[in-house]
Amino acid sequence: MHMLPILLGMLLLTSLALTLLPREGLRALFGRYESLDVLLGAVIGSVAAGHPLAGYILGGELLADGVSLIAVTALIVTWVTVGIVQLPAEALLLGRRFALTRNLLCFISAIAIAYLTVGVLRLLG
Amino acid sequence: MQGKRKLGGWLFLGLVLAAYGATVLIDPGLARAAFADFLAMFGKVLPVLVLVFVLMFLVELLLSPERVESWLGRRSGLRGWLLALAAGVLSTGPVYTWYALLAELRAKGMRTALVAVVLYARAIKLPLLPLLAHYFSLRYMLVLSLLIAVFSVVNGVLMERLLRQPQTE
Repeated sequence: MHMLPILLGMLLLTSLALTLLPREGLRALFGRYESLDVLLGAVIGSVAAGHPLAGYILGGELLADGVSLIAVTALIVTWVTVGIVQLPAEALLLGRRFALTRNLLCFISAIAIAYLTVGVLRLLG
Repeated sequence: MQGKRKLGGWLFLGLVLAAYGATVLIDPGLARAAFADFLAMFGKVLPVLVLVFVLMFLVELLLSPERVESWLGRRSGLRGWLLALAAGVLSTGPVYTWYALLAELRAKGMRTALVAVVLYARAIKLPLLPLLAHYFSLRYMLVLSLLIAVFSVVNGVLMERLLRQPQTE
């Protein structure tokens, strides 16, 4: 029963975050420096709260617009592993230290995965 | 801990409602759109919530701390890691609907590393893999999924090392 206000709060917060974050404007942020793009992709994925499908579609659109595959991969991976919007609920139910450590590790891992994925793909030709 | 968590949940809901209240004052149209999104999302999430509540009931009813300890605890070995990986890949719906179940399993002896593995492995979305392959190629989908599976284990190990007192948090 104690999870009811957390779940209701999460749903309300997620819908508010989705309405506040304009998807179309994101594309304009990319394209200055590749390493900055990777970080930006990871940050956008972290604060995004939508369905993973939306992350794939946005990633596909960004790739088609010329954003690097590393940055797009960082966005896709943080989209599904890091949850800034979900952080309060995770901290309340699994512990603040657990939630903060896990999300930080996931953020770093996403960047590592992004570089490794593209590196492996290059090796495979 | 339980009382603190209960109070924290209501406080969290109160803060979110306050954010909605502020949005109504600043931009009523945006608040209306957000609330419409909330209703649509609630309808979509409801079946998963029912599933989670049923699973929580079954865990409470059928799984003793000894059994959880043997399947997902410190002595579960390779079986525990594989179980956590499979649970993460197969779980559906928003991640926050699973926090309470994982908290309950953790209280019954599930090791912290495996909780982290379940949460990380959720990044492999089986029904969405064809779409990922469609957008980024089959090779990309395979490499990314494999790396996510490897990193879910790496993250699990690191989480347990970083949180020195996994059961007492």
